[in-house]
Amino acid sequence: MAEMAGPRRTERRKFAVEPIEFLMWAFMVSVFMIFAGFTSGYIVRKGDGNWLAFTLPTAFLLSTALVVLSSIAMQWTFSQAKKNELGKVKTGMVITLLLGLGFVGAQLLAYSQLVNIGLFLNGNPSVSFLYVITFIHALHMVSAIIALIVIFAQAFRFQVHSKKLMGIRLVTIFWHFLGILWIYLYGFFYFMN
Amino acid sequence: MAHTQEHHHEHHKETFISKYIFSMDHKMIAKQYLITGMIMALIAALLSLLFRLQLGWPENTFPWLETLLGDWGKGGRLDPNFYLALVTLHGTLMVFFVLTAGLSGTFSNLLIPLQIGARDMASPFLNMVSYWLFFCSSVIMLISLFIESGPASAGWTIYPPLSALPQAIPGSGLGMTLWLISMTLFIASSLMGSLNYITTILNLRTPGMRMTRMPLTIWSFLTTSILGVLSFPVLLAAAVLLIFDRSFGTSFYLSDIFIAGEVLNRNGGSPILFQHLFWFLGHPEVYIVLMPALGITSEVIATNARKPIFGYRAMIGSLIGISVLSFVVWGHHMFITGMNPFLGNVFMILTLIIAVPSAVKTFNYLATLWRGNIRFTPAMLFAIGLVSLFISGGLTGLYLGNAALDINLHDTYFVVAHFHLVMGSAAMFGMLAGVYHWYPRMFGTLMNEKLGYLHFWLTFAAVYMVFFPMHFMGLDGVPRRYYNFTGFEWMQEWGDLNKFISISAILGTAAQLIFIWNFYYSIKKGKKSPQNPWQSNTLEWTAPIEERMHGNWPGDIPHVHRWPYDYSVPGAPQDFIPQTVKDDDLPEEIRQGKVKPAPEHAGTPASETVADKLLFSRFINLFGFKKA
Repeated sequence: MAEMAGPRRTERRKFAVEPIEFLMWAFMVSVFMIFAGFTSGYIVRKGDGNWLAFTLPTAFLLSTALVVLSSIAMQWTFSQAKKNELGKVKTGMVITLLLGLGFVGAQLLAYSQLVNIGLFLNGNPSVSFLYVITFIHALHMVSAIIALIVIFAQAFRFQVHSKKLMGIRLVTIFWHFLGILWIYLYGFFYFMN
Repeated sequence: MAHTQEHHHEHHKETFISKYIFSMDHKMIAKQYLITGMIMALIAALLSLLFRLQLGWPENTFPWLETLLGDWGKGGRLDPNFYLALVTLHGTLMVFFVLTAGLSGTFSNLLIPLQIGARDMASPFLNMVSYWLFFCSSVIMLISLFIESGPASAGWTIYPPLSALPQAIPGSGLGMTLWLISMTLFIASSLMGSLNYITTILNLRTPGMRMTRMPLTIWSFLTTSILGVLSFPVLLAAAVLLIFDRSFGTSFYLSDIFIAGEVLNRNGGSPILFQHLFWFLGHPEVYIVLMPALGITSEVIATNARKPIFGYRAMIGSLIGISVLSFVVWGHHMFITGMNPFLGNVFMILTLIIAVPSAVKTFNYLATLWRGNIRFTPAMLFAIGLVSLFISGGLTGLYLGNAALDINLHDTYFVVAHFHLVMGSAAMFGMLAGVYHWYPRMFGTLMNEKLGYLHFWLTFAAVYMVFFPMHFMGLDGVPRRYYNFTGFEWMQEWGDLNKFISISAILGTAAQLIFIWNFYYSIKKGKKSPQNPWQSNTLEWTAPIEERMHGNWPGDIPHVHRWPYDYSVPGAPQDFIPQTVKDDDLPEEIRQGKVKPAPEHAGTPASETVADKLLFSRFINLFGFKKA
């Protein structure tokens, strides 16, 4: 019978950054690299010519507003969790969740606006890039929404409070990251188009 | 202390599944990676033998090929489409599944927690998921051998349009789709692994294990993981665009293509874009493959030369230098794409600068060996073999890095020779050195030394016999990836050499069977290993190797008081001082650095001259006739 020792409680050390949070930051670096790859490809391809210029769908302004509001709501939720205001935590999560879903909806609205003016996924690469990059970003947003639902469920089991902040902390960081990433992408499209 | 130990020795029930299959113990996961990697290596080697058969004997028929391969070996001849699939799969399996996952997965998992004094990875769960994603991706890649249209055939670099148009060649269809699915899982697995390694190294070091006290293995795993985290996502981005091109009608990489007389409704794409994105991963990937092998070599050479590694900080600096440079040289794979010559020059200069950190590493290895009290264990031979291959393969890198020469040599056998020596074989030698060296750490037994020597010499000879002649073919302009050369009169003269290469390849692969037998036989039947078989300083040998428990150390984790390369310190009672030894426990003279190196303390019998050492007495040991 082998012994399973495992990490011991007595060896718990103080970390400047908890390892799991550090892992989250490193993960965000790798996610950013996907989009760095996309946007560099965009620049390289644009330099080759045969590039269709078009105005960005107005729905992107809506999605930008929603993503900023959702970040504010998320941060507020986090601060309520720190203060052990468990009721407000749940309210904050619902608001964030709705705003997040609203963001994904606004992206779909943007796609329909593009389709209405005859710009399809399989058209000029300038349009295809817009579709694919925003789609992959939205997929990440969906994963963040799923993570939010998971900690929402935890909140009902009284698992989110000032002594147990890591889950909500990670979701908050990732949520802000996706918001900032969207603003970067929107700015990129705006200035490059 | 005894009290806390008892208190925390909880007995968990371990089932077969939790111990051997869905294990979260980094040591078990390392073994899983190693054994999967070995199986993939064997398969990839056998695939290469099939196409070497074609290249060596293009006119002959082998009826058993039809029995083995069915339609792909009709009439005893290899099908040309299947030839392309073989080349593609050989490259993919070797580069990603063997030398990325098999090498990093094995040794990062095994050594990171053990050498930095941690109980396990930062996230053992993520570690387990990482292995199983790798396993699934391996299975999917191999499944593509069993579908009607055959595996992906666009080369391991999957350039469009062959990869982007499902109707282009047989391998562009389902085979390519499976390749993409498999690689997506692989990238996810590799990212999970790398994120875990970085987090563990930076956060879970034991007290006293400063960054500048870490063994060079750990440094190399750290820089490798950072490269992986930064470059694999870009391959993922390239693959996503490729998937859209294949399945959703976009034109990222496709432009104005006629296929079978039919005009495709694509416009505005650029296949060169794919090359940019691919090689932005592809070049760092070369170092993802090589750096862990270099780290292992540093450790094995220092331990077996019984000398501190020469230029420890320079070694770290060169690892960092190589890592940084690897991101800005991808264009040297694309000199013939019509790139602006000014840009080509920039890539060329940056590429040639890589020679500097590489040379630093090489000379440091040689300086570590110089006048060392060398123990020629099989691991040491493979480590020295790596240095040899790193030099002979690295020098041709200087040729290929020059745009003017590369334009001539591009896509010839010169390139094949170059990367098989410097990346393929060198990394493989590093991996084998690691297996021989840390085998006792994994299984508690020793591998058979005599078989190890036999394995080394056959492999070493075969590697040079296979790849060295290819340089000459390449200089003559013989292109790679061709099915046969009988149709070109000027290439006829290389027919005999091709036979020689193929025979050598068969010999080299056969030699690996010795290793595989030795590996499995020694698990149960091997000699029991002492606790610290190589008298090494690093922490992994302080954890009991008899009972390889989850959590590594039965008591408290060891604390570190020195760097890992205190070998042959003058005046010390032994020729090594483990990292756990405090300065206070050493004799006063050593602490004050008053002892001058005396021959007996340097581990060198005074009667032996330098010439003796270099040429004769030690040389005999190479063949394993005398106990080292």
